[in-house]
Amino acid sequence: MILETEQLAKRYRRRWALRDCTLAVPEGAIVGLVGPNGAGKTTLLQLIVGLLSPTAGAVRVLGGTPDAAMRSGRVGFVAQDAPTYAGLTVADHLSLGAGLNSHRWDAAAAKERVERLGLPPRQKAGRLSGGQRAQLALTLALSKSPDLLVLDEPVASLDPLARRAFLDETVAAATATGTAVVLSTHLVADLAHTCTHVVVVAGGRIRLAAAIAGLCATPAELERVVLDELGRATDEGSSQ
Amino acid sequence: MIWLALRQFRTSAWTAVVGLVAVASVVVATRPHLADAAAAAQHACGSDAHCPALTAFALDNTAARTVFGLVVTVAPALIGAFWGAPMIAGEFEAGTHRLVWAQSISRSRWLAVKLVVAGTATVVATALLSALVTWWAAPLDHAAAAVYGTFDQRDIVPIGYALFAFAFGVTAGLVTRRTLPAMALTLAGLLTVRILVTEWIRPLVFAPRVVSMPLDPDTTGYGSGGNILFGVGPSTLQPTTPDIPNAWIQSVRIVDAAGEPLTDQVLRATCPTLGQGPGGPAGPAPEAVRQRMHDCVARIGEDYHQVVTYQPGDRYWMFQWWELALFGFVTALLCGYAYYRLRRFRG
Repeated sequence: MILETEQLAKRYRRRWALRDCTLAVPEGAIVGLVGPNGAGKTTLLQLIVGLLSPTAGAVRVLGGTPDAAMRSGRVGFVAQDAPTYAGLTVADHLSLGAGLNSHRWDAAAAKERVERLGLPPRQKAGRLSGGQRAQLALTLALSKSPDLLVLDEPVASLDPLARRAFLDETVAAATATGTAVVLSTHLVADLAHTCTHVVVVAGGRIRLAAAIAGLCATPAELERVVLDELGRATDEGSSQ
Repeated sequence: MIWLALRQFRTSAWTAVVGLVAVASVVVATRPHLADAAAAAQHACGSDAHCPALTAFALDNTAARTVFGLVVTVAPALIGAFWGAPMIAGEFEAGTHRLVWAQSISRSRWLAVKLVVAGTATVVATALLSALVTWWAAPLDHAAAAVYGTFDQRDIVPIGYALFAFAFGVTAGLVTRRTLPAMALTLAGLLTVRILVTEWIRPLVFAPRVVSMPLDPDTTGYGSGGNILFGVGPSTLQPTTPDIPNAWIQSVRIVDAAGEPLTDQVLRATCPTLGQGPGGPAGPAPEAVRQRMHDCVARIGEDYHQVVTYQPGDRYWMFQWWELALFGFVTALLCGYAYYRLRRFRG
């Protein structure tokens, strides 16, 4: 397994953001993490990349701790809103990626990707569109040739066309290299199109984790399954 | 990482270069005239340190000397607020810490490189600025013969203040995660620590020299001392500060042979009319009042004398190094705390 969590939990002061989260992601899987706002998706992803430390339970990434996995350069991460340095150019960002991941950086692939996507090398990141900025952040993550790619709502602020382009790019790159992907979204429609596995999170708990192929046959069916699960979570939450 | 730190610091570095070039231009343009004027005054006065030509030379250049002193005083505050405070807080506000921490570099190394790059620039910029101003003001400082009067605007201590302000700004940014509050905290912190060190710690560093001398009826006055910040003391006899070149006079007390200070009761009993009648700051006292004052001091002087504590000018560099070391030590503590906070930081 490329990623495993066991009874993982995170509490902020008195509020549990995530509880009893046990999950296993096989190599090459593309896992869609779906749930409403505040469900615990971002918390889970930040635990995976070591930006948060768990209150209870354990997380193993590539067989070790999240910190070790991040230092190895084998994990790519694009945070929510795809943060980039507004004052640095696209070329500067590539230099940043090369400098900070020198032993894994694929400069040729990064250059080719930037050219193919039409990102002007001298353009400052602060002047890129939301979609371009997300693509730049994805380029930084992918050019490390990661074994695991973690994306936190990377398409949340993008228009439908840019969203589709971003997800297509991600799937194509991950499939070509065998990279496992864990991405969060609150759009169920993205899942069927993109992912091999689905994880439904609501109220800080995992409600469903399964391979999409064994769960349903059509995107509409997947949407019904996910919405049913989220509906049950809402009912349980309101009855407690 | 060094490349990133340098690239992020580029605008700040250029701002510092422009500022230093501006100061250097003024210094280079005006210093020769200042040196000539000082030489002329020195030539006119010979060995007389109080001759009118030297006084006029100092007065003519008071404004420029004050402005240059202010530039050196304000520079550490600017460095703390504009280089230190946004360094980490800006990353949190833009969310870019989540970008850079997702690369193959530890947070400790990330912080270390940023601190070394901006810290080195802080040392270089402040050292150059202080060196320029110290060199420019040398003729005036020599004429004034009061090295402690401009202690915190000359030589090496401004480097310590700037390093402290920078580290305070970085730490405040790390704690608040917001640039503006971090900037405000930095300015308040620098001001507080500077006052604390200047008023309470610096006087305790080296035991002062002590000299006793009789009260001079011709120059001893009556009034109160102090300032608005730390309070104004009660009215009493005020001996003229003795003329010790380049000395930092820490206290002038009037005591008897047993070391007991002059009390208000003794003063009132010896000089019942003291403080009465016209005169004071609004104008010169009438001759009769001056004579009464003279007689009063003469009578008090039969049993009392003045004890002066002071730091001689030859300790100036000891104080400079000591204060630089103190601020360097506090800077190191702040950096250590910043590392601790960063390692514990989650979220």
